[in-house]
Amino acid sequence: MNKTLQTIVGAGALAWSAMAMTPAQAADDTIKIGVLHSLSGTMAISETTLKDTVLMLVDDINKKGGLLGKKVEAVVVDPASDWPLFAEKARELLEKDKVAAVFGCWTSVSRKSVLPVFEEDNGLLFYPVQFEGEESSRNVFYTGAAPNQQAIPAVDYLMSEDGGSAKRFALLGTDYVYPRTTNKVLRAYLHSKGVADEDIMENYTPFGHSDWQSIVADVKTFASAGKKTAVVSTINGDANVPFYKELANQGIKAEDIPVVAFSVGEEELAGLDTTPLVGHLAAWNYFESVDTEANAAFIKKWHAYIGDDKRVTNDPMEATYIGFTMWAHAVEQAGTTDVDAVRQAMYGQKVPNLTGGVAVMNTNHYLSKPVLIGEVQDDGQFDTVWKTDGVVVGDSWSDYIPESAKLTADWTYPWVCGNCEKPKY
Amino acid sequence: MRQDFSPPAPGRMPHHSFRRFFLPLFAIMVLMLVALAPQQASAFSDEQLRQNAEQLNAKSSTKKLDVIEKMAADGDPRVAAILEAMLDGDLYASKADDKVVIGKKQGKVWQHIDVVSGAVTGESGSADLDKIRINNRLRGALRDALATLNLFSPDLAIRRAAVETVMDTRDPAMAPLLQRAIERESNPDLLARMELAKATMALAAGETSQERLDAIDILASQTTPQIRAVLLQFVNAAEAENYDPKVVAAAKDAVASVESRLKMWQTGGDVYRGISLGSVLLLAAVGLAITFGVMGVINMAHGEMIMIGAYTTYAVQQAFLVFWPAGIGWSLAVAVPVAFLVSGGVGVVVERLIIRFLYGRPLETLLATWGLSLFLQQAIRSIFGASNRQVVAPDFMSGAIEFSTGLVLTYNRLWIILFSLIVVGGIAAVLRYTAFGLQMRAVTQNRRMAGSVGIRTGYVDALTFGLGSGIAGIAGVALSQIDNVSPNLGQGYIIDSFMVVVFGGVGNLWGTVLGAFSLGIVNKFLEPVAGAVLAKIFVLVALILFIQKRPKGLFALKGRAVEA
Repeated sequence: MNKTLQTIVGAGALAWSAMAMTPAQAADDTIKIGVLHSLSGTMAISETTLKDTVLMLVDDINKKGGLLGKKVEAVVVDPASDWPLFAEKARELLEKDKVAAVFGCWTSVSRKSVLPVFEEDNGLLFYPVQFEGEESSRNVFYTGAAPNQQAIPAVDYLMSEDGGSAKRFALLGTDYVYPRTTNKVLRAYLHSKGVADEDIMENYTPFGHSDWQSIVADVKTFASAGKKTAVVSTINGDANVPFYKELANQGIKAEDIPVVAFSVGEEELAGLDTTPLVGHLAAWNYFESVDTEANAAFIKKWHAYIGDDKRVTNDPMEATYIGFTMWAHAVEQAGTTDVDAVRQAMYGQKVPNLTGGVAVMNTNHYLSKPVLIGEVQDDGQFDTVWKTDGVVVGDSWSDYIPESAKLTADWTYPWVCGNCEKPKY
Repeated sequence: MRQDFSPPAPGRMPHHSFRRFFLPLFAIMVLMLVALAPQQASAFSDEQLRQNAEQLNAKSSTKKLDVIEKMAADGDPRVAAILEAMLDGDLYASKADDKVVIGKKQGKVWQHIDVVSGAVTGESGSADLDKIRINNRLRGALRDALATLNLFSPDLAIRRAAVETVMDTRDPAMAPLLQRAIERESNPDLLARMELAKATMALAAGETSQERLDAIDILASQTTPQIRAVLLQFVNAAEAENYDPKVVAAAKDAVASVESRLKMWQTGGDVYRGISLGSVLLLAAVGLAITFGVMGVINMAHGEMIMIGAYTTYAVQQAFLVFWPAGIGWSLAVAVPVAFLVSGGVGVVVERLIIRFLYGRPLETLLATWGLSLFLQQAIRSIFGASNRQVVAPDFMSGAIEFSTGLVLTYNRLWIILFSLIVVGGIAAVLRYTAFGLQMRAVTQNRRMAGSVGIRTGYVDALTFGLGSGIAGIAGVALSQIDNVSPNLGQGYIIDSFMVVVFGGVGNLWGTVLGAFSLGIVNKFLEPVAGAVLAKIFVLVALILFIQKRPKGLFALKGRAVEA
């Protein structure tokens, strides 16, 4: 009897110590990274793909022998499209799981929500989505496009002869920080190009808006004032589907009123009948249709990983790929995953874009990337109609907003600052 | 054509300026062709046509534009076919020999059709063909070129479309061609459109004040945004170039009169869109009018019943695609009863398993149904995945009735308005004329009395909740046509539904109808002024104030039922 008890206690203790050992051992021969993308809620549609992209890249790097001789392990959490929950989950990743870097966030609200956590804990966030700029944090690397890498070239294209020489602009957006700030930059830019306020219409709708009748009718009225009109859309998420349906139903053709969108990519068009939308535009740094060897290899790898040939690739996926690859290179170069050392090694990192050219990480934590403008085709893909000659350096503080134009972001000596008017040292 | 070689005047459309150099020449050539039509079949030899077609594969769009202009000026009937193929994206360069061909998809292969002879010369997979790229500028140029070629088409519909394009372009250089077309036209309706198009051109091209005044006179009687644009453009140009003040004043008067009539149409449009939004609110709320209004259950999972209806529609369509693809147009008609049964069934189960234990405890009901709504959302997400599902719109629900005044009535919205009225009529009939309706009313009015005359009250409760949920499912079928079919679909409607029911008066079907339409119309009138976000807030605040004044809504129920 006594013996049995002893055995049980002994076995229990052994099991306990074995359990306690596992994480300790794991910490030695793996590098943990965090994946902070919504897997449920409104943003799940877009963000789930990015979670899969990171897992694919991790899989890939482990097959090649890992980083610094260790395996990379992804810790996936689900912030459920709930902005405050993003901050909680970020804290969990940084303090409990002690991850070396986090890949995550989509909406600017979620990024603003986690920002204080990353700054407090000195974490490292790679943010892969086009956004409004006007921010530079020591703890965030922005691999998506800033307004001068997306919005401003798009408006330039609309004003060019090929784009239809637009003179009047309807700025439609979802009501939150990204569209409002982008439109502020655009309005200032349009003023600098001699477009008067009466030729700019701004309109905001809630997330998931579905009744577009009045707004499309308003745009039609606005466009009938005798000047060529274009729509600049910062509408986000699934509200785009009813918006484009209404455009088609009301018979608005791209030759008459072209719509250029900043948040509509291959993923958003998947499953939508794009025949009536042919000729509408999108501005990105990547299109799946771009014909390069690197892109073909990436698409092939993606299809193999996800096990579905019909899945599309898109711009934030490329941004995730560039961010992840740069981080891996920086870790190799620094010889450690220590945040401060990796940050220093990030500056000047170069990764070939999937669409050609080389992306470079600048000291303001923004990338240099090419800008592409594509037209929607009837197969749901984009056809590149315009492309910058080289790469464009991401501008963290817009030159077209007076109070921002004075600010500089540069995290190397002597500036070491994200929003200063003069160097710190 | 006095401005041909001067820089474009302000207010003119600069992107059309290139036509000022090509079109006069081009117009004269086409005129000659029309005059010589019988003898003159083609100005291009086969070889020339082929050479020109090859050049359509040029790199720059400016070069392509030149070729399009040159080809259109030739007037060869074969040119129209080539340009049309280019506009439709059917013109390809074969990768093997760089030859330009028209590609026609035949099953899995692409037939190569020779641009000159129109004969099939070969076939290949899509990988061997390079599409000849066009952009919006080329699309516009192609459309215009085709319009001029089509003004003399024997087909009335093609001529009609051509006149509309000419009117959009309003290039004075086209005026002589249009005059020629007017002389030949026999259809009185189209003739009137042509005269109008001529007037819009005369306004821009007119030399004397009298010519301009005459043109303004014709245009002022029209009520279309297009004509307003023409007049506005003219006013801009007139002010910039110091035309006769009498002309400027007349043009301004004309703009004002066109605008005032357009305003009325716009108000009409706002009312229509309000009714349309109202019909959506009504569909979403009418099920709740039964579960909340009649039974008093605060059902936070009502939106999910709608969502289940929408997913049922999707599932029915998938079944059609597998078993009877040709009959896809019928899928919505089949989805309505199926969605009613599925959502209604879920409703009955929920009532039996959860809600019947919570009658008379509103707080617990609220929490339990809210939890249920989360559960149903996640269940659907696990079954169908997180991404949105695409429900196909049948042909009779795509497109719109367009009035020349700019008012557009889209078919999907029209059908939904009609459908919502049918649903409400159906429910009213069930409540009033069927035995179940009678029992239901009896149970809500006096449960114990109803029970003592032999009505199985528990059974009636379950069916009533099932009816309310089933109606929500039917609403889901309609909403799948205008909203995204996603697990979150229901959340967008739950607040609105409660607003409508509370505003209309709890327990009153007609109050719900009136509440839905008035909220819809108020919302749509506020939207252009305040924006979609503020309009919603205003409506909500106004509703709260209204409830303070009349706590029981528009139509309050009177009698014993209320106190019970």
